[in-house]
Amino acid sequence: MKQEAVILNPRDNVATALCNLKAGNILQVRVGERKLEIKLRAQVPFGHKLSLAQMAPGSPIIKYGEVIGTSTETIQLGDYVHVHNVASARGRGDLAKVMK
Amino acid sequence: MSFQGYRRQDGSVGIRNYVGIISTVSCANDVTWWISQEVKGSVPFVHGQGCAQTRPDLDQVTRTLISLGWNPNLAGVLIVSLGCESVLADQIAAGIAKSGKPVEMVVIQKVGGAKAAVTQGSSLAQAMVAKASKLRREEFADSELVLGVKCGASDTTSGLAANPAAGATCDLLIDNGGTCIFGETTEFIGAEHILVRRAATHQVAEKIMNVVARTEKRAIAMGFDMRGGQPTTGNIAGGLTTIEEKSLGAIVKGGSRPIQEVYEYGERPQGKGLFIVDTPGREPEFLTALAAAGAQVIVFTTGLGAPQGFPFIPVIKVTANPATYERLPDHLDMLVSLSEHTDFAETGHVLYQEIIEVASGKQTKAEILNYGNFPNIFTIGPVI
Repeated sequence: MKQEAVILNPRDNVATALCNLKAGNILQVRVGERKLEIKLRAQVPFGHKLSLAQMAPGSPIIKYGEVIGTSTETIQLGDYVHVHNVASARGRGDLAKVMK
Repeated sequence: MSFQGYRRQDGSVGIRNYVGIISTVSCANDVTWWISQEVKGSVPFVHGQGCAQTRPDLDQVTRTLISLGWNPNLAGVLIVSLGCESVLADQIAAGIAKSGKPVEMVVIQKVGGAKAAVTQGSSLAQAMVAKASKLRREEFADSELVLGVKCGASDTTSGLAANPAAGATCDLLIDNGGTCIFGETTEFIGAEHILVRRAATHQVAEKIMNVVARTEKRAIAMGFDMRGGQPTTGNIAGGLTTIEEKSLGAIVKGGSRPIQEVYEYGERPQGKGLFIVDTPGREPEFLTALAAAGAQVIVFTTGLGAPQGFPFIPVIKVTANPATYERLPDHLDMLVSLSEHTDFAETGHVLYQEIIEVASGKQTKAEILNYGNFPNIFTIGPVI
């Protein structure tokens, strides 16, 4: 069977889609020793990310076993994870402006 | 392993044998371009800098132009100067001549304008091409190779497979005694802690932290979230959400060996091994930095399909996005498989073979297309 998503590190809380995935699709993924069944809550295009866990706002998003950003709202298992619900912590001139 | 290259007087080895027509200032670009079009075997280097800039930038442009002239893929250099620019054409010519290769100069304001400069410059370039063409390729060990690595128009496949393949190739070349150069400091942001662990000395670790902080500070100084600029709009469309994610995928293209030194833009690394050149990631400026650093060949990974080559450096385009590979056959040289089971050591070997072939004369897609004639030089300060 064609692999539908890839998880790069057992610590990751997002997976990367290896094909265009539709809302309602059920994915079987393996995170380290754990097996997860995920029902997608939204469409996830090829190369984009989906959530492997429920996350409160302000949670670290982990890919490659490293923090890639912070959730800006509640993210459910199976949600599409991208710029609409993740902020970067770096290069934030906008925040520096507020601090002034 | 060995390849067929051209021996240069300074001990370096070229894999192409061009006469470089190098413009000192944007005002000399047209003449530079016309000469390069008239003389087969010559290549242009045009850019947007060289005048009405502050001292640090003028020094950076001068240093970069001299280093470009030293690139082993050039057999000789013709400098094209307007005459009144801020950078000193004589200083640039003298700096290149120290490499031992022939250097000539034409000054547009002195010889009577563009037409006269093209006529005189073309004659000089023709003579240099005639002489260079007598040189024959010889066999050299792969330890003479200087490989530049770059990623551009990235999507998530770049970090998942194309960059790890490039990284495996870098490791192979370093282990064989060769040299690899990477950079794109903006794309260290969020991954610098990993690079620092690989620094050969404490000083190198400190330099890595410093160049990343300097780059991030420049972006922050503009007062905006840099997202959209980095990651670019295209990166975001390709699934990259933050600069941290882009960086973590980007740094793997430099492999896993110790980082020997960090150089400023336009500097030429000394010795062998893995080096960083501090430069932003944008193609016109970054490919120039690799050429100035002495790279004879560049591996360029892409997700969405970046077309750029460089006037005198073969650029090998590698993607792990099968749709991009199918859609852009004119641009892409190699497809890397994308799955959990991809063996990057094996992919690295395949890419290494390709580098050896290209080094010995095989043309890349970007060379065949003649794409990439409009590079630039990175500058920091304002145009004044």
